[in-house]
Amino acid sequence: MNKSIRIGCGAGFSGDRLEPAVILTQQGQLDYLVLECLAERTIALAQKRKQQNPALGYDPLLERRIDRLLPSLLANKVRLITNMGAANPLAAAQVIVGIARRLALSVTVAVVTGDDVVDQLTGDEISLEMSQPVQEAGPLISANAYLGADAILPALATGADIILTGRVADPSLFVAPMVHEFGWSLDDADRIGQATVIGHLLECAGQLTGGYFADPSRKDIPDMAHLGHPFADVSADGTAVFSKVDGTGGSLNVATAKEQLLYEVMDPGRYLTPDVVADFTKVRLEEIGPNQVKATGGQGQSRPSTVKVSVGYNAGFVGEGEISYAGSNALGRAKLAGAIIQERLQDRFTDLRIDYMGTTSVHRTNFGDHPDPYEVRLRVAGKASTPEQAALVGEEVEALYTNGPAGGGGARKYVHEVVGIVSTLLDRDKTNPQVTLFQS
Amino acid sequence: MTIKLYDIAHSRAGDKGNTLTLSLIPYKPEDYPLLCEKVTADAVSHHFRDLVLGEITRYELPNLPALQFVCQQALSGGVTTSLTIDTHGKSLSYALLEMVIDNDL
Repeated sequence: MNKSIRIGCGAGFSGDRLEPAVILTQQGQLDYLVLECLAERTIALAQKRKQQNPALGYDPLLERRIDRLLPSLLANKVRLITNMGAANPLAAAQVIVGIARRLALSVTVAVVTGDDVVDQLTGDEISLEMSQPVQEAGPLISANAYLGADAILPALATGADIILTGRVADPSLFVAPMVHEFGWSLDDADRIGQATVIGHLLECAGQLTGGYFADPSRKDIPDMAHLGHPFADVSADGTAVFSKVDGTGGSLNVATAKEQLLYEVMDPGRYLTPDVVADFTKVRLEEIGPNQVKATGGQGQSRPSTVKVSVGYNAGFVGEGEISYAGSNALGRAKLAGAIIQERLQDRFTDLRIDYMGTTSVHRTNFGDHPDPYEVRLRVAGKASTPEQAALVGEEVEALYTNGPAGGGGARKYVHEVVGIVSTLLDRDKTNPQVTLFQS
Repeated sequence: MTIKLYDIAHSRAGDKGNTLTLSLIPYKPEDYPLLCEKVTADAVSHHFRDLVLGEITRYELPNLPALQFVCQQALSGGVTTSLTIDTHGKSLSYALLEMVIDNDL
């Protein structure tokens, strides 16, 4: 079999840019476009939106992305696979059907459900992070199992134009179309290991083409403003060549590919997904042309008998306040302000953080001696159980204008609700993935 | 002579919960043995003594070549509940690259 398929990745997180996916769809000669839009915590936030309004809970950018992409997806016969269903894939499908009707387009959407396992959770399951029951973390909001390629395959078999999922392991969004097209066995662990390498390299989109990589004069990347997102040409033997659309910005080379291969990898010899325990240690990356990298050598062992479940819980509120000091003794005045805030708030907050932005806020330390900065921004953050308590942080920081050191300016205050995440394991047999079809 | 890792290698940070991953990739493959020799898990633990509370494991990937460091209890609780500015620890690749090593094998 000589055929190869081309899979593009047009989004690597919920807030990703819209244009690169449009370019991929219009000019990329793709067979499949994947939009990966669900981070660890995104689905719990989506679940909260669904609780407030049962018609919501899907990706907040769904309408904008589908509006821009749908005509060219259908015209160019590019099938879309995306987890933008988030906490409510069935409602998301209805939104897509509505957009298709408005645009007078005919579309079929296959929805994969079964990741939502909140009803199966007792709360007594042991969290992988804390080694105690998940309910100890706080009031539970959501529980979503990471489904695998096996859950997506029946949806692909329907021939639908769009495959919409909730929580699915990111690489599985890519493994599924490869298995579907080439008829690979899900039990062929080496094949699925290589497919997982391909999916892992693509899943963060711009992170393969120079995004999260550029460092002027050290790691120069051309035309970052028009950063193109990647695609892979996958052959029936699992060989993949990664590239991007001609004329787009960015670079795809062995250095960008190495950084992405190891991104978020907890053990390169045992990368766990619902599909396989993948082995990245034998992967070979070769630059075979400008912006063309070939990847081979991914291997694997049989898939785990359990799947990971991401559990969201209410973790209270965080209040923040910021104010800047500049010029002579800026750091001294900022530190005086920090000491004042500490004294004013310490009785009401058990968990209070005071940062001096411009010195030690980002790395929480600095390495070696550094000259004092010309300007410093004081940042204070505190955990609270109510929004009113959280607001005290910003109120006290703002009050430094008239009750603190000289020359404080540009105060800002924020309160946000916090959703925490813990993980647990569930027997694979306890998940029950389903496919539902929608047509415009 | 001493050098900063920044001068000979690049890095990307990733996170899973409260665990931080850091790759360390030499610009020139011939610098890989120097990195293996000097940038041990213990040396990185010492460099990150103010940041990483848990164990640091090093994985060697001679094929690439690259090193991968997996740092437990590194993110003040992790992306969802940390009070730090960089809750993901996405900037911490450049904290690793601040490490200074002896440039001799």
